[in-house]
Amino acid sequence: MNIQETYSSLGLSDFEYDRILELMGRAPNYLELSLFSVMWSEHCGYKNSRPLLGRFPNEGPRVLQGPGENAGVVEVGDGWALAFKMESHNHPSAVEPYEGAATGVGGIIRDILAMGARPVALLNALRFGPLTDERNRYLFREVVRGIGGYGNAVGVPTVGGEVEFAPAYSGNPLVNAMCVGLVRSGDLVRARAVGEGNLVILFGARTGRDGIHGATFASDELSEDSEAKRPNVQVGDPFAEKMLIESSLRLLEEGLLVSLQDLGAAGITSSASEMAAKGGVGIEIDAALVPLREEGMEPWEIVISESQERMLAVVEPEKAEEVLKVAERYELDAAVVGRVAGHGDLRILNNGEVVGTVPALHLADAPVYKREVIAPAYLGEVRKLDLEELPQPEDCNSALLAMLAHPNLCSRRSVYEQYDHQVGTDTVVLPGADAAVMRIKGTSLGFAITTDCRGRHCYLDPKGGGAAAVAEAYRNLSCVGAEPVAVTDCLNMGSPEKPDTYYQFASCIEGMAEACESLGTPVVSGNVSLYNETEYGAIYPTPAVGMVGVFKDVSRRATPGIKREGDEVLIAGNFQPVLGGAEYLELIHGRVAGAPPVPDLAVEKAVSDAVRRAISAGLVDTAHDLSGGGLAVALAEMAMYGGIGAEVQVLPGGRQDVTLFGEVGGCVLLAVPGEKLGELEEHLEGVPYSRIGRTGGERLSIAGLIDARIDELRAAYERDLFERYAPEGGQIG
Amino acid sequence: MRIGVTVFPGSNCDRDALHAIERAGATPVELWHADASLKGVDAVVVPGGFSYGDYLRPGAIARFAKVMGSLEEFANAGGPVLGVCNGFQVLTEAHLLPGALLRNAHMRFVCSRAPVRFESVETPWTSLFESGDQLTLPVAHNEGNYFADEKTIAQIEDEGRVVLRYLENPNGSLNDIAGICNEGRNVVGLMPHPERASDPALGSGEGLKVFESVLSFAGIKA
Repeated sequence: MNIQETYSSLGLSDFEYDRILELMGRAPNYLELSLFSVMWSEHCGYKNSRPLLGRFPNEGPRVLQGPGENAGVVEVGDGWALAFKMESHNHPSAVEPYEGAATGVGGIIRDILAMGARPVALLNALRFGPLTDERNRYLFREVVRGIGGYGNAVGVPTVGGEVEFAPAYSGNPLVNAMCVGLVRSGDLVRARAVGEGNLVILFGARTGRDGIHGATFASDELSEDSEAKRPNVQVGDPFAEKMLIESSLRLLEEGLLVSLQDLGAAGITSSASEMAAKGGVGIEIDAALVPLREEGMEPWEIVISESQERMLAVVEPEKAEEVLKVAERYELDAAVVGRVAGHGDLRILNNGEVVGTVPALHLADAPVYKREVIAPAYLGEVRKLDLEELPQPEDCNSALLAMLAHPNLCSRRSVYEQYDHQVGTDTVVLPGADAAVMRIKGTSLGFAITTDCRGRHCYLDPKGGGAAAVAEAYRNLSCVGAEPVAVTDCLNMGSPEKPDTYYQFASCIEGMAEACESLGTPVVSGNVSLYNETEYGAIYPTPAVGMVGVFKDVSRRATPGIKREGDEVLIAGNFQPVLGGAEYLELIHGRVAGAPPVPDLAVEKAVSDAVRRAISAGLVDTAHDLSGGGLAVALAEMAMYGGIGAEVQVLPGGRQDVTLFGEVGGCVLLAVPGEKLGELEEHLEGVPYSRIGRTGGERLSIAGLIDARIDELRAAYERDLFERYAPEGGQIG
Repeated sequence: MRIGVTVFPGSNCDRDALHAIERAGATPVELWHADASLKGVDAVVVPGGFSYGDYLRPGAIARFAKVMGSLEEFANAGGPVLGVCNGFQVLTEAHLLPGALLRNAHMRFVCSRAPVRFESVETPWTSLFESGDQLTLPVAHNEGNYFADEKTIAQIEDEGRVVLRYLENPNGSLNDIAGICNEGRNVVGLMPHPERASDPALGSGEGLKVFESVLSFAGIKA
């Protein structure tokens, strides 16, 4: 192999190689080239995303740690703080779904752990191609098994998330895992290496050849050859991770660590160079001191291996022995593998002999590609929608039942029942509500978490879709009664080198940033996953939003299920639904088209805030966000969850299907006892709302168009997504 | 009263059990797997989780932990022992309870709330329940499918040693068995998680009575 073939095979471009030569002032050896290859991959180096990510607001009164650390941190109250982050594991999951998903969960848990927080909740945002395809069914089944297999064993409850299906994700599933950790704000740790002469200790699982060049693999498009990259996928051991959690927390509790960093993409190289760059110091690692699980590994393999369940700590020399003892108690391997140095380099040794030296700052300084944002031609075409061409359903009842039975709208029970969502005994609201709600033991405090994104909306209107994802998360948290605080995100996109995708990427970020500013929810952590493409094209732009909110009193909360007969049903918000980008349009008419609703952020905030205040005041315990499937689906969910029906009359004019199934942002359904109505109306002052009906009975009926028994609704809705799935019908008259 | 909770590598409901014990009014005591001492506790809970990663077979490695020798002596001397979920699996592997917990019949992990009925309540862990009491308890397991040979099943049924039965079977267990006790009735294994239903703030506090029962049995008012 000549030198160009070598660096190309490592994923480096000619331009990048020249830059390396310039920075180093000499030709790098293979080990050094490998270090650049992994650290300058899109996955680690954010080459295409850095200029765009600067658009996000990331400061706020509750923010203790913004982007730049292993996770963002916000204040809850009484000295408690939450660390959280979301991360993708799309490429590994596409070729090895069980391990890909499992190690995605493991990786995000370690990010939270590295902040010194105990991981207390997991969520995941998943996307797959249609279940009519066998490969998609396999990916879906194994990803869910992988998430459960890891999360259940490690003892962190999986409390929420979302899953959607669309042809754009065929062969390129999205697996985004989010973790939230709880920490006393005074106990936060950071990944900054300091103190020349301090020791570097690697603890956890042994290092093997798994996941070599995983970060480079994750930064390329998926193709037929991807199957051959299966060895690039790491293998997870949740048992080791559980030990890693307990030992890390013990080490921090006993004050034995100077700093802590998890090992993720690019292994020791990435962790050590980040710790060094942040602390403005150098780190020397002797590859020969790393505990190995297989023989004959080359130094370069050892330092870029992505073996899972490992952490790197900087420790004062006199405390090293105690650290090794704690690791031993938890049956983990641990070794002093290096030291903090004054020279500013990441220096790799082998039995004391230097085999590679690169200034840590150079590794952390991947080139940045700023591209031109050009509006794509496809947008004009797909946004056309002529309602005249669409027949109205002859029978709205059947249309509702068909929608409730569709994988995009049906019950997620068959997914979340495979996840232990109660371990830890802090899960106050179980999966299936608008957001997961957790308590903080021994206090009245709590927090809520949601993940949201409508890929179809982002495809049809990248900027509006980005804003809508943030707005929906804000609304979902408000619907359970939590005050939205901050955002983590996982920006899943196609290749940034293609102008259409780059436009989507830039516009989604612009929309999200505007919404985050208007709603006062800064972005405190996040992740970018590019090159989500197969030979059939790119995925829908899918900027998954994870949002965290807080409760002063977690007993004041709401859920979607109807609680009592005779409650007044209200809709708060500007209820002006449209069919552009609606689930109904795709599921019933097979069309992905039109202009989706663009959120009016001022109204969105006013509605959500009013609803939240009414819940906090103890007036409302039943609230549900109006989302995919529109009014009819939202009311059906409220009736099914509570086991009590409703009769709803008042509706705007126009097409019946638009009213029943059209979608609109900024709307919340509420049910409230008659005697509290007056007080609720005071809370809703200044916000558009109307009374639309009353709860009761065993049927859901809407304006003479829908009339179904709750058990009929459930028969359609409560389906097992893993049973052999019949070809999609969908076309209902 | 002091109630111990064993902690194996991979236990993950240990902190939940310690919390429930405290709520019930007893003193929770952590029992580390590598220490033989039971620290003078009056009762022991073997909690749920994935001890030793469930490698080989759930409970198969944990049963050889140092603490288990002392636990077996304690159980054989009539000390109250409760195994929950993985703890139940550990107790069957240690032959303190008969039978085995197989893979769920539908081959999937299941986390849900199972309606159950108390059958035999003459154990230290169920003394505050009445036979026939029905409640809903959280379940979360991959191997909860109780199995024993015909003779053993007939024996535990005849001797009234089925403690808890599912009203809706989530895992295919024989005779809908959710919990059993040993011949001496001091060792109980439950697949459902009473510690997860021990706080009204989480929607149900009825499971706490399992821990209060052992206090009441010992003559201590909960």
